[in-house]
Amino acid sequence: MRQRHENALLKPRENSSGLQAVRGHDLVDARSVTLSIRGLSKEYVPGKPVLQSIDLDIDSDGITAIIGPSGTGKSTLIRCINRLVEPTVGSIHFNDQDIVGLSRSALRLARRRIGMVFQEYNLVERLTVMENLLTGRLGFVSAWRAWRRDYPREDISQAFALLDIVGLRGFENQRADSLSGGQRQRVGIARAVMQKPRLLLADEPTSSLDPKTSVEIMQLLVSIGEKFQIPVVVNMHDVGLAKRFASRIIGMSTGRIVYDGDALGLSEQVLQTIYGGEDWMQ
Amino acid sequence: MDAVAFRPRPWIRLAWGLLVLYVVWAAARLDFTWSRFVVGLDNAEKFIGRMFPPEILQPDSMLNGLVESLEIAILASFLGILLSLPLGVFAARNLMPAWVSWPARSLIALCRSFHPVIVAILFVKAVGFGALAGILTLTVASLGFIGKLFAEAIEEISLKQVEAVRATGSPFISVLTYGVFPQVFSRFIGFSTYQIDSNLRNSTMVGIVGAGGIGSTLFAAFQRFDYNFVCAILIAIICMIMMGETLARAVRRLLGVDVQKSDV
Repeated sequence: MRQRHENALLKPRENSSGLQAVRGHDLVDARSVTLSIRGLSKEYVPGKPVLQSIDLDIDSDGITAIIGPSGTGKSTLIRCINRLVEPTVGSIHFNDQDIVGLSRSALRLARRRIGMVFQEYNLVERLTVMENLLTGRLGFVSAWRAWRRDYPREDISQAFALLDIVGLRGFENQRADSLSGGQRQRVGIARAVMQKPRLLLADEPTSSLDPKTSVEIMQLLVSIGEKFQIPVVVNMHDVGLAKRFASRIIGMSTGRIVYDGDALGLSEQVLQTIYGGEDWMQ
Repeated sequence: MDAVAFRPRPWIRLAWGLLVLYVVWAAARLDFTWSRFVVGLDNAEKFIGRMFPPEILQPDSMLNGLVESLEIAILASFLGILLSLPLGVFAARNLMPAWVSWPARSLIALCRSFHPVIVAILFVKAVGFGALAGILTLTVASLGFIGKLFAEAIEEISLKQVEAVRATGSPFISVLTYGVFPQVFSRFIGFSTYQIDSNLRNSTMVGIVGAGGIGSTLFAAFQRFDYNFVCAILIAIICMIMMGETLARAVRRLLGVDVQKSDV
């Protein structure tokens, strides 16, 4: 039974990659770039840019880690991608659409394909684990059916399969506020994957967790990314974790990208450019 | 010089002094004196003496009045709770733009600005004597109370949970039912059961100004100096209110809702 669920889980992915191949004809750029950011800037206060003309392409599966000191715009960058934060100028192409120009309803449809994991998990505390997981399907189910908890059967079996994958089998009826931090983040990740996303964003997913749980959560993100072939973009300030798990590292400093490469290229000199100073490295 | 642990605050002392002076002056002006109270006691003794033994002079009128009061309370609560749900959402400034929340907040303020007696008189003049005026009165009271507290409860929710639901591409209604309502549901139940309680009490009053219910029977008995009957009606009201409170508490316990003191 469980095995069948997992197969059901993988199927949509096959469909979607087939779909992408068809869409490839329409693309100006022949490569199938998942996400393409051009000239992205954000000013919360006019004249004080937090992001300065960011250019970034995410096209590979696997983990892309964005590192940098706090206040440097990592979180803003990630939140601009699904427009939880409104960009000031620039374009963000995802699925052949410019996210920045989308109307509210079109944005809603685009968001359905972008999963997001949060630093403080952001589970709905008073709902059960199962209800939190099914929240990932809200974009696909009518409000009336969602309210009556009348979800399609495949959504339910997908949820049970994901509970197995994130190691929370049997927790479906527990309320989210009864879980530990690590368990909550597993639910948060499962909720995002429920969307069958083409891109997974994670905003400091381990910053509220202890070191051991942080590693477990990063391992889970890596395996989820591989299993469902979803590119994962993770914000983090822990350089060690980034080096260990990311196939690509983006270094940011004062609203600009100052490094883009693999973990090996992350020399002390580069780290100094990103974080400034050197005392902290001793 | 000695160190001073507490700074003297002459203004506060002055304010206390002025308050005491005002109380004394107001009491004197209104003849609020012991001798006046003793005179009154004499009268009270006679009044209470005439109330006992309680006697049900018009059982039909009393029963109909009680049943009508109960109906007024339940219908008004039902309408009030139903309408205050959207009104509270519209009035929550963290979910709605100003052009939505402003009118909703004004409507709530309007509902709250008059005592139910005044609202009842207005409705009796507007729609005529009878239960309809009472139902409308208590609906307005419920809207004001639940609407205001529900809106405040929504304004205190964690927006992080709402943000996560929004980020899934969920339609607005589902953001409400999954991100907002679970956070405020138990408080809404608390406000509602409290308001049902309050409506039950007030439904016995609106009849005094002609808006239906046991109040009209009570008022008529007063005017005829049937104090035994008055006493019987008062006892019946007490019983009804106590049953209502017990029921409300049972409902709250059944739903696992604890009303915090600050809520009511």
